[in-house]
Amino acid sequence: MAVSLAMTVNGKPVDAEVDPRTLLVDFLRNHLGLTGTHVGCDTAQCGACTVHVDGSAVKACNVLAVQAQGTNVLTIEGLIAEDGTMHPMQAAFRDCHGLQCGFCTPGMVMSAIDLVNRHPGADEATIRAELEGNLCRCTGYHNIVKAVRQAAAVMGK
Amino acid sequence: MGANDTATLASVIGQAVLRKEDARFLTGAGQYTDDVSMPRQTYAYFLRSPHAHANIASIDVVKAKQSPGVVDVFTGADLQGVNGLPCGWLITGTDGKPMNEPPHPVLAQGKVRYVGDAVALVIAESLAHAKDAAEQIVVEYDVLPAVVQSPDALQNGAPQIHEQAPGNKCYTWALGDKAAVDAAFAKASHVTKIDIVNNRLVPNAIEPRAALANYDRASDEYTLYVANQNPHVERLLMTAFVLGLPEHKVRVIAPDVGGGFGSKIYLYPEETAMMFATRRVHRPIKWAAERSEAFLSDAHGRDHVTHAELALDANGKFLALRVHTTANMGAYLSTFASCIPTILYATLLAGQYATPAIYCEVTAAFTNTAPVDAYRGAGRPEATYVVERIVHQAAVEMGIPQDEIRRRNFIREFPYQTPVALNYDTGNYDQTLDAAMQMADVAGFPARKAEAQKRGKLRGLGYAAYIEACGLAPSNVAGSLGARAGLFEAGQVRVHPTGSVTVFTGSHSHGQGHETTFAQIVAGRLGVPLENVTVVHGDTGRIPFGMGTYGSRSLAVGGSAIVKAIDKIVAKGKKIAAHLLEAAESDIEFRDGKFTVAGTDRSKTFAEIALTAYVPHNYPLGTVEPGLDETAFYDPTNFTYPAGTHICEVEVDADTGVVEVVAFTACDDFGNIVNPMIVEGQVHGGVAQGLGQALREQCVYDRESGQLLTGSLMDYALPRADDVPSFQVGTKVTPCTHNPLGAKGCGEAGAIGAPAAMMNAVMDALAPVGVAHLDMPASPYRVWSAIRQAHAHA
Repeated sequence: MAVSLAMTVNGKPVDAEVDPRTLLVDFLRNHLGLTGTHVGCDTAQCGACTVHVDGSAVKACNVLAVQAQGTNVLTIEGLIAEDGTMHPMQAAFRDCHGLQCGFCTPGMVMSAIDLVNRHPGADEATIRAELEGNLCRCTGYHNIVKAVRQAAAVMGK
Repeated sequence: MGANDTATLASVIGQAVLRKEDARFLTGAGQYTDDVSMPRQTYAYFLRSPHAHANIASIDVVKAKQSPGVVDVFTGADLQGVNGLPCGWLITGTDGKPMNEPPHPVLAQGKVRYVGDAVALVIAESLAHAKDAAEQIVVEYDVLPAVVQSPDALQNGAPQIHEQAPGNKCYTWALGDKAAVDAAFAKASHVTKIDIVNNRLVPNAIEPRAALANYDRASDEYTLYVANQNPHVERLLMTAFVLGLPEHKVRVIAPDVGGGFGSKIYLYPEETAMMFATRRVHRPIKWAAERSEAFLSDAHGRDHVTHAELALDANGKFLALRVHTTANMGAYLSTFASCIPTILYATLLAGQYATPAIYCEVTAAFTNTAPVDAYRGAGRPEATYVVERIVHQAAVEMGIPQDEIRRRNFIREFPYQTPVALNYDTGNYDQTLDAAMQMADVAGFPARKAEAQKRGKLRGLGYAAYIEACGLAPSNVAGSLGARAGLFEAGQVRVHPTGSVTVFTGSHSHGQGHETTFAQIVAGRLGVPLENVTVVHGDTGRIPFGMGTYGSRSLAVGGSAIVKAIDKIVAKGKKIAAHLLEAAESDIEFRDGKFTVAGTDRSKTFAEIALTAYVPHNYPLGTVEPGLDETAFYDPTNFTYPAGTHICEVEVDADTGVVEVVAFTACDDFGNIVNPMIVEGQVHGGVAQGLGQALREQCVYDRESGQLLTGSLMDYALPRADDVPSFQVGTKVTPCTHNPLGAKGCGEAGAIGAPAAMMNAVMDALAPVGVAHLDMPASPYRVWSAIRQAHAHA
C-alpha cells in the first residue's frame, strides 16, 4: 500500500509513491539519493538528520515523509549556490575547522543556519544552548561555536 | 580565496592549512558506508538476544523465511565450520599460562552471553521486511543468572559464562618489581591509598557502524564496504582467521568514516556474517546499525576497578606505586581487548614521574556485557587517572601544592627507562606545566575562588600531568609482548608524468584530516603545490598494505612511511637529474622542488624529472628503471611519548550538585606539528570526550538482570555544546628523536588528561565541605549525595 507524495526539495518539485511508514530522512536518502542528510540515532537526539522544512530546522528522522507533503524542503545539498559558492555557514565551518569526520556536519550546518536566522546576534551561551540538539563527537564544539559566530557576522550583513 | 592560496611551498609544513576534505563534507557529498548502494542490494537485520545470559533451547526460522520480502535467514547452525572471531593479542598470565580465550562465535552457538549478542541474520528486500520477518523468529531461551561487574564475576559461585574460562577469569597479569615495591613501602614516611572506578563508556561515534557486502560470481571476488579504521587488518582477520577466504579475492573499503575513537578498529560479527551470507544469497547485503544497536553491540571502553597505593618520603618524593586493577572484558574478547588493561595501561603508570619502583597486577574478567576494547586513549586514560588522582590525593594529605609535588618528581633526564618497561626518548614536563599554569592564570585562582564563594559556589582547580605511549609500535617489541600482528605502516608515493602526486597510505582518516596533513608533508618535501597532491586511504584494492589508525599513530608511523617513500622518490630523481644535467649523482641537491648541480645554476624542476621518468628518451635505462612510484614500510623503533599538563577549573553548586566546567587549559608536547589547526581540533575533541567521561557519561547494566539501562542517547549522556566551555590550547615542542618527522601524536591526549584534571578540580572544590571521595561521572546526583553524606558525617 503506497501513498502519493509531492513536495519541493532543494527548489525542485518531486513526487513519489512511498510506503506510508517511510520517514522523511529515508525518503531523502533512499528515494531521492540525497545522502548528505545522515542518520546518527533513533531517538531524535543527535540532529545529524536536520533539514529545513518550510524554513525551519526539523529532524528528518522524526517526521514521516507524508508529513512533509506539499512543503518546501532544503537539505545540505541545496545550500551551495549554482556557481559552487558555499553558504556563509558552510564557509565558516571550513574556515574555523568546525568539522572533523563530517558526519554530524550537514545537520549541524542546517541547525546553525536556523539558529542564526532566529538569533542574529547570538552570543556564545545562546549558540551553545541552541546547538544542544545536535551532537558532535569530534570537535568538542569549540570550533563549531566559532564558526557559527563567524557566519552570523557575515549573514547579518 | 582561502588560506591555502597564500601558503608558500616551503612553508606548507607547520601551517594551519584548511582541510582538503571539507568541501565534500560540507556539501553533503561525503560517501559514508550507508551512502553507498549497489544494484539488487538486500538489507540485513540482526535479531539479538534480549537476555544477558541464556541457553538457546531452539530457534525456529520457518515462518520468518516465509515472511514477505525475505531473501534468507541465517543462524549459528548455518555457520558451522566458520571460526570464531580472533583476539589479536595473547597475554601470558602470572601463572605462565596463556590467557583463557573462549570462542567468540559470529552468530550465537547454543548460548547467548550478553544483551545484544547476535542470534540470527535476516536478509530481505527492504529493512522493513527484514524487521517484520525477525519478529517471526521464535527463539526459546533458558535464562541463566547474569553477572555484569568484573568484581562480581570473580566471586566464588558467580554464574559461569564460558566453559573455557573457569571462574570467569581471562588472566591475571603483572608488571614490575613486587619485592622492590614492598621494600619501598616498608620505609615510606607517608602512604596514600585510593580506590577508584574508571567508568564504563560507550564510544558513540556519530556514524553508527555500517557495512555493505557483495560477492561477485564473475570474478569470484568479495567487496566489503565497512565503517572501519583499518581495512587491511579487517580483511586479514576475516579471511585468514574466520571465513578462510582467499585474501587476494577480498577487497575491503572503508570510505568516509564518521568517527571511530577505537570502536571501528575491530572485526565485528555483523560484517563477518554478511560476507558469509552474500555468497549464499548472491546479492549485495547492506546493514547500518541503529543507535540502540550500537549501544548494545559496539565494543565499549574503560570499566576498571582499581586500588592504588603511593609511597612517599617526607619531602613528597615518590618511592613506589602499587596498583591492583580488575578489568571487565565483557562477554567475549574483542580484537585488542586483552592488551588494553595490560600493555597499554600498566606500562604508563610511571606517568611523568621518576617513581623508582612500580608494581601492577591486573585481573581481567568475563561478564555478561558487550565486549570491552580500546576507546580513545585505550588504557592510557585509565593509567593517567590512577596516577594523577593519587598524586592529587597525596599532595592534599601532605600539604604540598599540586604543582610542587609534581615538580619534585618530574623526570628530567632523557632517555629515561621507567620501571614499567617503557623508555621515554624525550620530554620537558616543567615546560608544559609552567605554560599551562600561565595560560590558566593559576595565580588568579584564589581571587576567582573567593568571588565564586560570594555567589555561593564552590570553585576548584585540578591538574593532570599526563603521558601516553603512542606511535604503535615496534613490531618486535609488540611481538615479544604477545601481539599477533605487525604494527608498521605502509606508504606509497606515486608521481604522475605531469608531476602531480597521489599518496596511498595505510593509515585511515575518519576525522583526523590526513588528506590535508599528509598532503602537506608531500607538498613540502617535494616542493609541489598542495593542490597537486591527493591522499588515498581506506581501500585494500588501492593501497599496498596498512595497519590503520589507532593509538595516535598515523602521523608518527603512517607519516614516517610516506617520508621514507618520498626519500626514495628524491633519491631516484637525483639519479635522473644527474643524467640529464651530466653531473655526478653526489653533486645533485634537491631543494624547493628543484634538482640542482651543487654550486651552479644548472637545475631541473621536479615536474621535468617526473616527465622524464615516464618518457625516458634521454634516460639512464641501463641503471634506472622508468617511472616514479615508490613504496615504503616503516616500523618504528620505539613508542612516542606525547605529554603535557591539563588544568581544569570547575564550579560546583552545592545545593544541586551541578558541576560546571568554567575553564579548561591544555598545554601539550606532541613533538613537531604539521598542521596546528588540525592538532588543536584533535585536542578540543579529546578534551570534550574526557570531560564527557568525568561529567556525564556512564554505561550502566542492571546488576541483576544484565539489561543495558543506558541504551540510547536519551539515557546515556554525551556531552552537548552547552556542557563544555571553549578551551585554551597551547603546545610546546620536544621533537620525537626516532622518527623522521619528529612527531609524537595528538589524537588521544585530550581524552587522557581531561578526566583526571576535571575530577581533581571537583575534589578541590568539594574539599571544604569534607567530600573525600567521588567516582566519575560527577553527575549532579552523585555530587549532591556526596555533599549530603559528608554533612551527615561532619
